[in-house]
Amino acid sequence: MAILDKHKILETNASLLLIFSFLVVTIGGIVQITPLFYLENTIEKVEGMRPYTPLEMAGREIYIREGCYVCHSQMIRPMRDEVERYGHYSLAAESMYDHPFQWGSKRTGPDLARVGGRYSDQWHVDHLRDPQSVVPESVMPKYGFLERRKLDGKYIGDIMATNAALGTPYTDEMLENAEADFRAQADPDSDYDGLLERYGDKVNVRNFDGQPELTEADALIAYLQMLGTLVDFSTFTPDASR
Amino acid sequence: MSNTPEKQPGDPKTTGHSWDGIEEFDNPMPRWWLWTFYATIVWGVIYTILYPAWPLVQSATAGVLGWSTRANVQQEIVEFEERNAPLNAALVATPLEDLSKDPNLQQYAVNAGGAVFRTWCAQCHGSGAQGAKGFPNLLDDAWLWGGTLEDIVHTVAHGIRNEESDEARYSEMPAFGEILEPEEIRQVVQYVMSLSGAQTDDAAAQAGKVVFEDNCAACHGEDGKGDVTQGAPNLTDAIWLYGGDEKTLTETVTYSRFGVMPAWQNRLTEAQIRAVSAYVHQLGGGQ
Repeated sequence: MAILDKHKILETNASLLLIFSFLVVTIGGIVQITPLFYLENTIEKVEGMRPYTPLEMAGREIYIREGCYVCHSQMIRPMRDEVERYGHYSLAAESMYDHPFQWGSKRTGPDLARVGGRYSDQWHVDHLRDPQSVVPESVMPKYGFLERRKLDGKYIGDIMATNAALGTPYTDEMLENAEADFRAQADPDSDYDGLLERYGDKVNVRNFDGQPELTEADALIAYLQMLGTLVDFSTFTPDASR
Repeated sequence: MSNTPEKQPGDPKTTGHSWDGIEEFDNPMPRWWLWTFYATIVWGVIYTILYPAWPLVQSATAGVLGWSTRANVQQEIVEFEERNAPLNAALVATPLEDLSKDPNLQQYAVNAGGAVFRTWCAQCHGSGAQGAKGFPNLLDDAWLWGGTLEDIVHTVAHGIRNEESDEARYSEMPAFGEILEPEEIRQVVQYVMSLSGAQTDDAAAQAGKVVFEDNCAACHGEDGKGDVTQGAPNLTDAIWLYGGDEKTLTETVTYSRFGVMPAWQNRLTEAQIRAVSAYVHQLGGGQ
């Protein structure tokens, strides 16, 4: 067969083989990846999603720094047992402002995609300090040092600007007020109207760790307490084709 | 250097090229391997026809099987909901006080409630409902907000001191560090300890009785037996939520406590709330 004879040219010419191999892989990649950017049923718009507040963003950075994703997933799969245990299965849109997403790949601990509001702040403080004090069978390490590490939010605006460059719709106003919003969310006695105006009424404003100082525990708990709470599933109708 | 063996008459053809006198036999691929390879290609094509696969302009092909993860999980959930529907309907329709009169329904509620408890409640209250510091033990007879089935249902549905439900149980003990002198706090702690028979400094406890009557009795009662309508704990039963030693009690009086329980009405169904309440009620302390 003529075409098979031509193939011999590739097989006997290493540089040409390399070039054509790249070409094949490129076509395969384009076919698989490009449609995801324009196909309507891969881009689902849901109500309620908003960018992270500065304090939540700091908590997310701590979550990543401490490697929480190594043992905790944030991805409830569409299976009955997972939905029964963790709540509504995760939607792609719920990770739309995650750079990078925290889906994880292994569950030594439970999934955290909808941990927000499931426990009290005090439980989180106790649990981070000494997980076995509330869950004796837990193998989680202790993170008590988080409540001793103070945060000033000096660089939070830079982190948000980086996320804005990656496509998170932070407005100039949000970026300018990043540091003020950062402090306001952990202080219920502060003037946090601006924070709610920028990020919505549902933002939790509390002294998350119960201490006067703003600590890493405040940030992490603020992040955990909003996880999976943004989309109101009582108004969500799943489209079966997605 | 080894000698190149002579070619034998029956040898396969060579590939035709030679490096330093080394030639390569051109053996065909084993037939089983080749046909398996072709079969995987055929299977790949069939698979993409059966299941969602090829990207088109607006959406990807749906596949002739009409397979959908979301539809599948929904169908599975509905199937189980329908199987339990008569029991759940009966559970919601039965007045709480009559639940124990129907052994079948009671058994269903306790078993279903146990599953709900282990999923949603065990992280704070313990997998055996034994509680932890700051999270009440549900096995004993002490109830902060009432131990009747009706009380428990309300507490589960609306939670305690949260911002989610307007009907949440609510009370707030003042931080007496801002109200009393340190010496008064020491005295009242001694008095509170004496209420449950702990070893105390009697003189201080005697002085603490006055402090108690002026500051604490309005909620905890003259006799310190507490008040479930405002979640004021009984201080005489030696059952402590945060601890009954002098150090912990001083901390409690000075800074107060503000235990929060989430409201479960938006996460659990009415039947689930009743089931888990029935489960907690029968653990030992139900009134």
